[in-house]
Amino acid sequence: MAAPRFPFALRHHEFCMASPADPTPLIVLDGITKTYSGITALADAGLTIAAGEAVCLAGENGSGKSTLIKILAGVEQPDSGQIRISGVAQGALNPRLSAAAGIMVIFQDFSLFPNLSVAENIAFSIELGQRRKLFSAARVRDVAQRALARVGVDIDPDAAVETLSVAHKQLVAICRALASDARLIIMDEPTTALTEREVRALLDIIRRLKADGVAVLFVSHKLAEVLEVCEKVVVLRNGRKVAEGPAHTFDAATLTRYMTGRDVAEQPPDPLDPAAPVLMNVQGLSKQGAFDDVSFDLHAGEVLGISGLLGSGRTALAKALFGLVAPESGQITLAGRAVPLGDPLAAATAGVGYVPEDRLTEGLFLTQSIVRNVAIGRLDAHGRGGLLDLAGMWGEAADWLRKLSVKAPRIEAPVRSLSGGNQQRVVLARWLARGPRVLVLNGPSVGVDVGSKADIHGIIRDLSAQGLGVIVISDDLPELLATCHRILVMKAGRITDELTGGQTSETDLAHRLAS
Amino acid sequence: MKIDFTRNETLVALIILGFCVIATISDPGFLSMATLTDLMRGGIVMGIFAVAALLVLLSGGIDVSFTAVAAFAMYTTALMLNTWAPGVPWWAAFAVAMAVGALLGAINGIFIAFFGLPTLIVTLGTLSVFRGFMLAFVGSKQITTLPEGMREFGRMMMIRGTNPDGSFYSLHWAFAATVLVVVATWFLLHRTMLGRSIFAVGGSEESARRIGVNVRGVQFFVYVYVGVLAGLAGVIHASMARVANPFDLVGLELSVIAAVVLGGARLAGGYGTLTGTLLGVALIVLVRNSLIVIGIPNTWQSIAVGVLILIGTGVPAWQAKRAAARAA
Amino acid sequence: MTPSRINGLFASTEARLAVICIVVFVAMALLSPDRFLSVQNLTSMAFQFPEFAILALAMTLTMLTGGIDLSVVGIANLSAIVAATILTQLAGPAATGADAALWLGLSMVATMAVGLAAGLFNGIAIAVFGLPPILATLGSGLIFTGIAVALTGGSAVMGFPAAAAWLGNGLILGIPVPLVLFAVLAAGLSFILTRTGFGLKVQMFGANPLAARFAAVNVTSVLIRVYLMSGMFAAIAGMVVMSRANSAKADYGSSYLLLAVLIAVLGGVNPYGGYGRVIGVVLAVLAMQFLSSGLNMMQVSNFARELIWGTLLIFVMLINTRPNLRLWARKRTGPAPNS
Repeated sequence: MAAPRFPFALRHHEFCMASPADPTPLIVLDGITKTYSGITALADAGLTIAAGEAVCLAGENGSGKSTLIKILAGVEQPDSGQIRISGVAQGALNPRLSAAAGIMVIFQDFSLFPNLSVAENIAFSIELGQRRKLFSAARVRDVAQRALARVGVDIDPDAAVETLSVAHKQLVAICRALASDARLIIMDEPTTALTEREVRALLDIIRRLKADGVAVLFVSHKLAEVLEVCEKVVVLRNGRKVAEGPAHTFDAATLTRYMTGRDVAEQPPDPLDPAAPVLMNVQGLSKQGAFDDVSFDLHAGEVLGISGLLGSGRTALAKALFGLVAPESGQITLAGRAVPLGDPLAAATAGVGYVPEDRLTEGLFLTQSIVRNVAIGRLDAHGRGGLLDLAGMWGEAADWLRKLSVKAPRIEAPVRSLSGGNQQRVVLARWLARGPRVLVLNGPSVGVDVGSKADIHGIIRDLSAQGLGVIVISDDLPELLATCHRILVMKAGRITDELTGGQTSETDLAHRLAS
Repeated sequence: MKIDFTRNETLVALIILGFCVIATISDPGFLSMATLTDLMRGGIVMGIFAVAALLVLLSGGIDVSFTAVAAFAMYTTALMLNTWAPGVPWWAAFAVAMAVGALLGAINGIFIAFFGLPTLIVTLGTLSVFRGFMLAFVGSKQITTLPEGMREFGRMMMIRGTNPDGSFYSLHWAFAATVLVVVATWFLLHRTMLGRSIFAVGGSEESARRIGVNVRGVQFFVYVYVGVLAGLAGVIHASMARVANPFDLVGLELSVIAAVVLGGARLAGGYGTLTGTLLGVALIVLVRNSLIVIGIPNTWQSIAVGVLILIGTGVPAWQAKRAAARAA
Repeated sequence: MTPSRINGLFASTEARLAVICIVVFVAMALLSPDRFLSVQNLTSMAFQFPEFAILALAMTLTMLTGGIDLSVVGIANLSAIVAATILTQLAGPAATGADAALWLGLSMVATMAVGLAAGLFNGIAIAVFGLPPILATLGSGLIFTGIAVALTGGSAVMGFPAAAAWLGNGLILGIPVPLVLFAVLAAGLSFILTRTGFGLKVQMFGANPLAARFAAVNVTSVLIRVYLMSGMFAAIAGMVVMSRANSAKADYGSSYLLLAVLIAVLGGVNPYGGYGRVIGVVLAVLAMQFLSSGLNMMQVSNFARELIWGTLLIFVMLINTRPNLRLWARKRTGPAPNS
C-alpha cells in the first residue's frame, strides 16, 4: 500500500478495523448549502457515513444528489457548511485532496480508458499520484492483481477494457478505487446497466468491501436493489434532506413518497375490449444471439408489456420491431400487410413508431430546436413540391407540443433546454405526429422524474383509448403493471411467460423475471 | 504465433509481402541491397513525420501543419547559420532546427491545449501562417549553398557498396536519426508515464481529467514534440537534398497521415502502434519507388496510394460495421 | 451604442463575420481608395473568388453532416480534364458558332457526369461501407487526381474553341459569369438547406447521426446525396478554373483544398456537423477576397496573404469559441463523430 501522504491518512489502519459503531464517523457533512446563479441546489443538507457502512442517497433528478457527490469529490465547493473527514474539519476540498483522503467516485460511465489494459486502468491514478516518471508494466500488473484479488474477481489484467462486459468494467472501476486506498466509494447509479445476476455479484463484493472497512455511498433513483446491503437511507428533495433512517424501515413505496413528496397511486389500465381486432402479428422472429422464435399478437387499443432482465433480448427485440435490428427469420404483419424487416424507414412508413431507450443519444438532436426535433419525423409530409411548408410544420409541432402539455418557453429553443420529462414528450410528439398505428416505447420513463412519469403513463392510456397498439418495453415492474393489459416475460431470448396485467402482483412478476 | 487478420498491421504486412513477391517474379533483381537502401533512404524524412503524426493521432488530435513547421525550421536554420555562424558543426544545425520546430509546435500547443480550439482547424491555420510568414518575410528563394555543418552531414554515409551490375548504393547516416526517433518515441510511449498519459488522453479525455492527468500539459507536450521532430525532419531533408527549398515538404502532410492511418492508427485517438506506422510508411515508399517493377506505370502512383488508403481503412470499417450489425 | 446593443450585434457568428467583412472592406478602401474601389479591381475580384468559393460551398455541405470532402480539388481537375479533352479532341480550337456551343454543352454535361460519378463513389464508401469521410475522400481524391495524371501524363490540356472562355471570363448583363454561377449555387444551396426536407435532414444528421437513424431518416440516401452534390459543385468549379486558365491540368488549384476548408470554418460551419449557414460562408469568402485584393494593391506579397488567412481563421475561431470555451471542451471529449 502507498506511503501515507496526508496527516489523516496516518490513522488509516485504525479505520480498517473500525466497525460501523465507531464513534468518529468517516465523513460528516453538516449544513451544506450550495447555490448556482441564484438557484439553490442544496439547502442545509447533511450526511454522515461511518467506516464500513453502506448508505443509500436517494432523490429524483434535480434533488441535489449530484451536487452533493461533486462536493464530496472536491469538484464543487459549498457556499457554507462543514465537511469533516475522520473527525478532522476540512477547509476547501479539491479533487486531489478528496482523492488523497480516500474518497473515490465511480461515475455512471466508469471513466475508464477503453484503449488501455485492465491493469493500467486500475493502476493509472496511483502511479500518477506517486508522481512517477517512468512506467513499469510489471509494477502496474502487480498493483492491479492485488486489487483484483481483494475484490475476488477473475479478470485478465492484460485484456483491453473495451473488450469487457459492462459488469466487468464496473469491477475494474471498483478495483481502481481500491488500489488508490479508497475509504469511501461513491457509486452513481450502479445497477442501471447490470443484469440481475451481475447485481447479486456486485452486492457480494460490496459486503466484502464493508467487512474490509470501506464505506459505500450508493446514489440512485432506483434503490430497491441495493437496500439489502445498506445500513442507512438518506432521501433528498429540492436540495433538502427529507428523510433519514435505517434501511429496513424503507420500501419502494415510502421511498417514492419521500422522493416526490406525494403519493403517486397508479390505476391499472382500463380493460381491453375483447372484440378488439389483431393489429400486429409477430411470427417466429429470430436473430442469433439476441432472440429466438418470438411470436405474439397485438390488438388495437392494447398496451402490451415486454419485460426481461438485461441480456434477455428485450432491447434487441424492440429494435427489431422497428427495423433497427435485422432478424434472420420470422415475419411481422401490421393490419394484414407484411412489414419489411431491418429497415426503419419501411417500418415507420408501415405505421410503427419507436421511442428509444437512451433519449439523449438516440432520441434527440440536442442542439437543434424543439420544432425540428418534432418535425424530423415527417419532413417529407410537409413538402409542397419539393419545398418545405415551414408554417405548416411549425403549426403542427406547436399543436402536438400543446396536446402533450410540453412546457417550453419558445419552441425554437434548442431541445436540450428542456427537462427530461418534457424531452421525452418531444420524442413522443414526433411519432404521434406521424399518426402511427403501433408505438414501441422502450423504457418510456427512464430518467424521468416521478411526476412526469405519471403523466407519460396517462398519455399511454389515452393512446390506447384511441385504438393505437402500444408496446412498452421496460424493467420497471410498477410501470408495466400500471400501464399494460398483458405482459410478456423474456428470458434468454425467448418468451417464457404471458401474464394478464390486472391480475398480477409485482412480486409474482419479479419472481417470473428472475427464476 | 496467432495471426490476427483484423489488425491493420497484418493487412499492410501482407500487402508489402505480396508486392515484393510479385516484384521479384517480374524482376529477379528487385531483391537487392540497392532496392533496400533506396527504400530506407526514401523512408527517412517520411518516417520521422509519420512518428510525429502518430503521436498526435494517439492523443486524439490531428496535425496538418508539421510539414510547414519542417520547411520553416529547415529554411530559417540554413539562413540563420549562413548569416551568423556558417562554420558550426552539423549537430548545432540540428539543434537550431529542432529549437525552431519546438517553438512553432508550442504555438500550436497553446491554441489547442490552453484555448481548447479544435486541432484540425488550429493546425490548418498555422500551416498557412508558418508557410506564409516564411515565404513573405524570411525568404522564398532556394538556398543552394548550405552552411558547412549541413553540407558535412549531407556527405555522411553509413554504408557504401557496389551492386553486381557495377552501380553504387549507399545508406545515409540520416537513417540512424530516424531509427533514433523511433526508439526514443517507443521509450516515451511505452516506458514513461507521460507516454501512457498520451494514450489515456486519446482514449478518453474526460476520464483522464477526472483521475488527475494534466491533460493540457500532455497536449502541449505532444505538439512541442511534434515540432521538434518536424524541425529534425526539415534539416535532414535539406542536408540530404543539399539545398534548402522553401517550397519543399508542404503538401506531404496528407500522405503522411494516410501512411499512419494505413498502419492502424485511429482518427478518434488512443489507438495506433509504431510498428503499424513504419509498415504504413514502408508501403507508401515502396509504391512510390517501385510501382514500375510490378508493371504499373509511375503515373499511376497516386491511384495506387489512394486505393491502398481505401482498402486499409475500408476493410476495418466494413468489418466494424458488420460486427455492429451482428451484435445488434 | 449601449453595451447590450453591441453584444447583440456580436451575438451570432454571421453578424461578427459581417462586421469583419465591412471593416476589412472599409479599411482597404481607406488605405488605397482609388485603386481598391476602382471598377477594374472590383470586377477582377468578382472573377477571382468564385472558383474556390464554389469549392467552399461543397465543403460546407459535407461538413454539415460532420464529414468533409478532401477530394473536391481532385474531382474538379478530373472533370475539367474530361471536358478539356472533349473540347480539344472533338471540337478543336477552330470550332465556332453553333458547333462550338454544342461541344461546350456536351463538355459541361460530361463534367457534371464525372462530378456525380465521383460523388457517388465517395457517398457509397462513406454511407454504405462506413469509411470515415476524411479518409475516404483523402483516398478517393488521390485516385481522382491519379486518373487525371494517367489520362494526361501530367501535362496541361489546351486548345479550346474561343467560346469556352465565356464561362470563366464572360459577362451576363455586365456581371462576371463565374460570379453569377457562384451566386446561383450559393442561393440554391441556402434554399435547399433551409427550405427543403433534405436540407433539414442534412443538418439533423450532422447534429446526431444515431438519432437520425432512430427517427427513421434514410441516412444512407441523405449521405449519398450530400456527396453527390459536393461532387457536382466541385465539377462546376473545375469548369470555371478550366475556362479561366484556358487549359486543364491534374495539379491545378492544389492550394484550394485547404482554402475551401478554411473558408467554411471561417464562415461559422461547425466541422463536427449540425451547424452552418451559407450566408456565413459567403461573408467569409468576401472578407478573404477583400483582404487579399487589398493587400495585393499594397504590394504585399502573395505569401503574406496566406499568413493573413491563417491568422484570420484562428482569430475568428478564438472569438467564436471564447464565450463558450467550456462547451467546446465538452464537445471535444464527447463521442468522436464518425470515426
